Amino acid sequence: MVRGTGEVFITLGVLLLLLCAYQLWWTNVESAAAISASRDDIVKSWRQTPTPEPSGSAASAQPVPAYGTGFALLYIPRLRDKVWGLPIHQGTSKAILAQGAGHYRGTAMPGEVGNFAIAAHRSTHDEPFANFPDLQAGDKVYVQTRTEWYVYTLAKDDPNLSPTDVWVVDPVPGKPGATPTQKLLTMTTCTPRYGSTGRWAWWGVLSATSPSSAPPPDGITGTA
Amino acid sequence: MYAWIWRKLPGPWPVKLVEALVAFAAVVVLLFTVVFPWLEPRLPFNDVTVDDAPTATAPATP
Repeated sequence: MVRGTGEVFITLGVLLLLLCAYQLWWTNVESAAAISASRDDIVKSWRQTPTPEPSGSAASAQPVPAYGTGFALLYIPRLRDKVWGLPIHQGTSKAILAQGAGHYRGTAMPGEVGNFAIAAHRSTHDEPFANFPDLQAGDKVYVQTRTEWYVYTLAKDDPNLSPTDVWVVDPVPGKPGATPTQKLLTMTTCTPRYGSTGRWAWWGVLSATSPSSAPPPDGITGTA
Repeated sequence: MYAWIWRKLPGPWPVKLVEALVAFAAVVVLLFTVVFPWLEPRLPFNDVTVDDAPTATAPATP
C-alpha cells in the first residue's frame, strides 16, 4: 500500500518534470523550426507572385489575409536576437502564436489608419518577445510586407494591463468608438514572464514608409 | 506497479533494462507529441493576447 502510493507520487513528479521540459525547452525547438519555415514560405510567396500594381486609389485598403496566413515580417533592432524577420500571421490563436507573431483580427493592416495590433510569446514557443521590457520609447519597429516597409516609432507602454483590457487594440486605444486619424502599432505580450495574470502593451506611431522594391530603410540594411 | 512490470518483462536483467528504457522513451514521445500539446492550451500559462474571454480556448480555424 505504502509502496503503491509512493510510486504514484514518483510518477506524478516525473510527469510534471517532463511537462516543464516540454514547455521550457521543446516548444522552443518546435517553434524555432516553424518560424524559420514560415519565414521562408512568406519570402517565397512574395517572390513568386508578381508585386501587385498600386491601384488607382492610393487609399484603397489592403486585402485582409486569410486566417492563419503569414503576410508580413517583423524586425525590432532592440530585440534583434529573436525578432528579425519574425513572421506575422493573421489571427492570434495558440497554434498561430507558436509560429511567430499574430495579428489581431479586425484591427488595421500595417500602415493603415487605425491600430495595427499584434501579439507574441514572451516565454516558451521560441519566446520572441522575451526581452519585451528592454524596449524604450523611440525604438524603431519595422514591418515588411510584400509591397512596403513600414517603420513605427514606439511612443509609450503600459506594463500593468489586465488580460481583459481589449481597449488596447482599439483603433484609438482607450477611446472606444472614436474615429482614428493616426496610424498606430500595438504589441501585446504576457507579464509576468512565464505567467498569464497580466498583459504588457507597447504602442507606436507610423513614422516612415518606403516601397519594398527600394533599398531597405536605415537600421535594416544587410538583411534578406 | 513498477515491480510488476519489471517481473513481466521477458529476458535476463540486461534485456529487461533495455526494454524498460525503450518503454519509458515511448511514453515520453507519446507525452510530447499528443498529451502535452493537447494539455497546453488548457493551462493558464503563456496567454499573450487581450481578450474578452481569456479562459476560452483558441477559436476553431475557420
